[in-house]
Amino acid sequence: MAVKKFVVGLFDDEAVLFPAVKKVRTAGYKLHDVYTPFPVHGLDHAMGLRETSLHTAGFIYGITGTTTALSFMSWVFNVDWPLNIGGKPHFPLPAFIPITFELTVLFAAVGMVMTFCWLCQMMPGVKKHIFHPRQTDDKFVMVIELTEKTNAEEVKSFLTAAGAHDINEQKAEAGWWFGRFDKDDEPYLRKIQTANA
Amino acid sequence: MHLKYESTLREPLVDGVKDYHQVTEDIISPIEGKPGKLWYVGFFISLSLLGFGAFSVFWQIYFGVGVWNLNKTIGWGWDITNFVWWVGIGHAGTLISAILLLFRQGWRTGVNRAAEAMTIFAVMCAGQFPIIHMGRVWMAFFILPYPNTRGPVWVNFNSPLLWDVFAISTYFTVSLLFWYSGLLPDFATIRDRAKTKLRKLLYGVASFGWTGSTKHWQRHEALSLVLAGLSTPLVLSVHTIVSFDFATSVIPGWHTTIFPPYFVAGAIFSGFAMVNTLLIITRKILHLEEYITVGHMEAMNKVIVLTGSVVGCAYLTELFMAWYGANPYEFDTFFKYRAAGPLGWSYWIMMTCNVISPQVFWFRKMRRSVAVTFIMSIIVNIGMWFERFVIICTSLYRDYLPSSWSYYRPSWPEVGFYMGTFGLFFTCYFLFAKYFPVIAVAEIKSILKTSGENYKEKMEVYEGQDTEKFAHEVAHAH
Repeated sequence: MAVKKFVVGLFDDEAVLFPAVKKVRTAGYKLHDVYTPFPVHGLDHAMGLRETSLHTAGFIYGITGTTTALSFMSWVFNVDWPLNIGGKPHFPLPAFIPITFELTVLFAAVGMVMTFCWLCQMMPGVKKHIFHPRQTDDKFVMVIELTEKTNAEEVKSFLTAAGAHDINEQKAEAGWWFGRFDKDDEPYLRKIQTANA
Repeated sequence: MHLKYESTLREPLVDGVKDYHQVTEDIISPIEGKPGKLWYVGFFISLSLLGFGAFSVFWQIYFGVGVWNLNKTIGWGWDITNFVWWVGIGHAGTLISAILLLFRQGWRTGVNRAAEAMTIFAVMCAGQFPIIHMGRVWMAFFILPYPNTRGPVWVNFNSPLLWDVFAISTYFTVSLLFWYSGLLPDFATIRDRAKTKLRKLLYGVASFGWTGSTKHWQRHEALSLVLAGLSTPLVLSVHTIVSFDFATSVIPGWHTTIFPPYFVAGAIFSGFAMVNTLLIITRKILHLEEYITVGHMEAMNKVIVLTGSVVGCAYLTELFMAWYGANPYEFDTFFKYRAAGPLGWSYWIMMTCNVISPQVFWFRKMRRSVAVTFIMSIIVNIGMWFERFVIICTSLYRDYLPSSWSYYRPSWPEVGFYMGTFGLFFTCYFLFAKYFPVIAVAEIKSILKTSGENYKEKMEVYEGQDTEKFAHEVAHAH
C-alpha cells in the first residue's frame, strides 16, 4: 500500500508488446505490470514471472477433501454410531467412493477459487487503480514504475521508441483498497480532501 | 504475422471484420441498451410460468403429496423424470467448458458462457424435484450429515440417494465457481466502459476489482485449467451417480450395469440439444450470428448424432440382455410392458425422437441448417424426457404382484410444477442474457487473431507458399 509514480504506455498489438517487454527488461526499468484484456500466452514468461503454485494448492485441498470424507464416514459408521444397515459392513469402501470423490472435487475447487481471490487480492468491494479504461477492452497497457534512479522523460521516449502511444505519467495507489468504482476515491486523495476540509 | 497460426482449411470461428474493440462492442452493447419488446414478452411469460409453478408447489406442500397422482405402485413419476431430465440438460455446459477446454477445441469459446449458465439454471431446476418429492419439505435438511440431538443419528452413506445429494450440490457449486471466475474479466470490461454511475458501481462490485494484470491472468489460466480437470470427471460422475439411483435397485429394467455410460451419453445428448435451442434464439435476438456461427452448431450437431447413436446402442443392448439374460421378469418388463402394453406409446416416442430422428445429422446440409437444428433440438429434448419417463414408469407400473398393477397420468400440480421449473429456467436465462455477457469476451479475443475470418484471409499468402521457403523465411526473419 503505497502511492507511487508510474509511466504508462498503450500498445495496440501483442506482436509489438512482446519485443517491448524484452527491451524494458534489458534496459533495467522497473516493470510494474502489463495489463491485458485477455490472457496473452507467454507474456508471463517474457516478463520473467515465476510459474504459479496454484495447482499445488489445489492438490493439497483435494487431498484434504479425500481424507475428510473417508475419515468422517468411517468414524460415523464404526465409532460414533455403528448401525446395522441390512447387515452391510461397517467399512464399505466401494460405497464410500462416490462421496469421497465429490468431496475431493468440492474442496479442491472451492479452496482454489478462494486462494485465487486471496492471491490476486480480489473480492466484492475491492478497488484498484485502473491505469487506462481500455486495458480491459482492447489495449495492452504497460506500466513502468518510476524510482529515484529513473528519469520520467527518458522512460517516455523509450516507450515511444518501443511502439507505445498515449504515454502519460500517473501518480497512483499501487495496492488495493475498499472503494467504489463510480467514485474517484483513492486513499491518498481522501487524505488530501480531509486535510483541505 | 501473428504469434500463432491456424490453417485456413479450418472454418473461421468469428465471422466478419473484427478487431478487439469491435468484439467488446458487439457483445457488451446489448447489455448497455434497453432490451427489445421480445425480451419483455418472453420474460413475463417465464415469470408467469414461474408463478404458476410456485402455486402448484404451494398446493402440494399445503395438502401433501396426495395431490400428485403417484400411488403405491408408481412412487416415482413426473417428479423424478423431470429431475433426471433437468440434471441431464445441465451436463452440456460443463462438458463444453471443461472437456472441450482440455481437448483444446477453439469453438467452445463462442458457446461456453451461455452453456454454463444453462447448466447452473438447469441444476437449480433439477434440485427442486427430489426436495419437493420428499413430501415434508421442511425436513429436507435431514439429508445433510449434521450433528443433531437424535443420537446423533447420521445419514446412510451407503445410499445412492445420499450420493446424489453430494453429487448434485458439488456439481452446482463447482459449475458456479467455474462460471463466475470466467465472468470476472468480462464484468471488468463492462465496468471500465460504463457510462452510468450505477452500472460502474454494480459491475465494479461484481468484477471483484479485476484489473487484467499479467500475473492475475496467469493464475486465472491455471485456475481454469485445474477447474476443467476437476469438472471433467465430475460431470461424468454426476450422471453416473444419478443412474445409481436406479441401477443399485433390484427393479427389472433398472438393475443393469450399462446405466452409468448410457445415462452420461443421454445427458450430453439432451444437454447439447438444449444449448442449440437456446443459442439459436440468443444469436438471433442479440445479433450474435458472427460469434455463434453455423460452424458452432454443426460441431454440436455432430456431438448430438454421436451421443444419440450411443444411446440407441444402449437401448438395443438392454433389449438384447432382457432376452439373453433369461430372467422372465426382465423379459416381460422390456417386451410386454415397455415396448408394448398400456405405456408402450411412450417407448416408441422415445425411440423415434432419440434414435431415428438424429440420424438426419449424418448429412452436412442438415447439420448446417438452422431450422433443422432448431426443430431437432426440441425433438431430442422431448425424446430424452420420454426416455426418463419410460425408464421410471414402465418399470414400476407392472410390478411382481398383478393385483397392484396400475396406470399413471399426472395431476395438475405435477404438470404445474414442471412448467414452473421452465419458468424459473427461462426467467434466469432472460436475466442472464440481459445483464451478463452471453459470450466470453476475453476468450473470444484470445482466439480472434488465429480464428477470426479477416485474420485468416491474411494467412492465405503463407498457405500458398512452399514449406521450405516458409521455414527459411521464419528462420531468417528480422
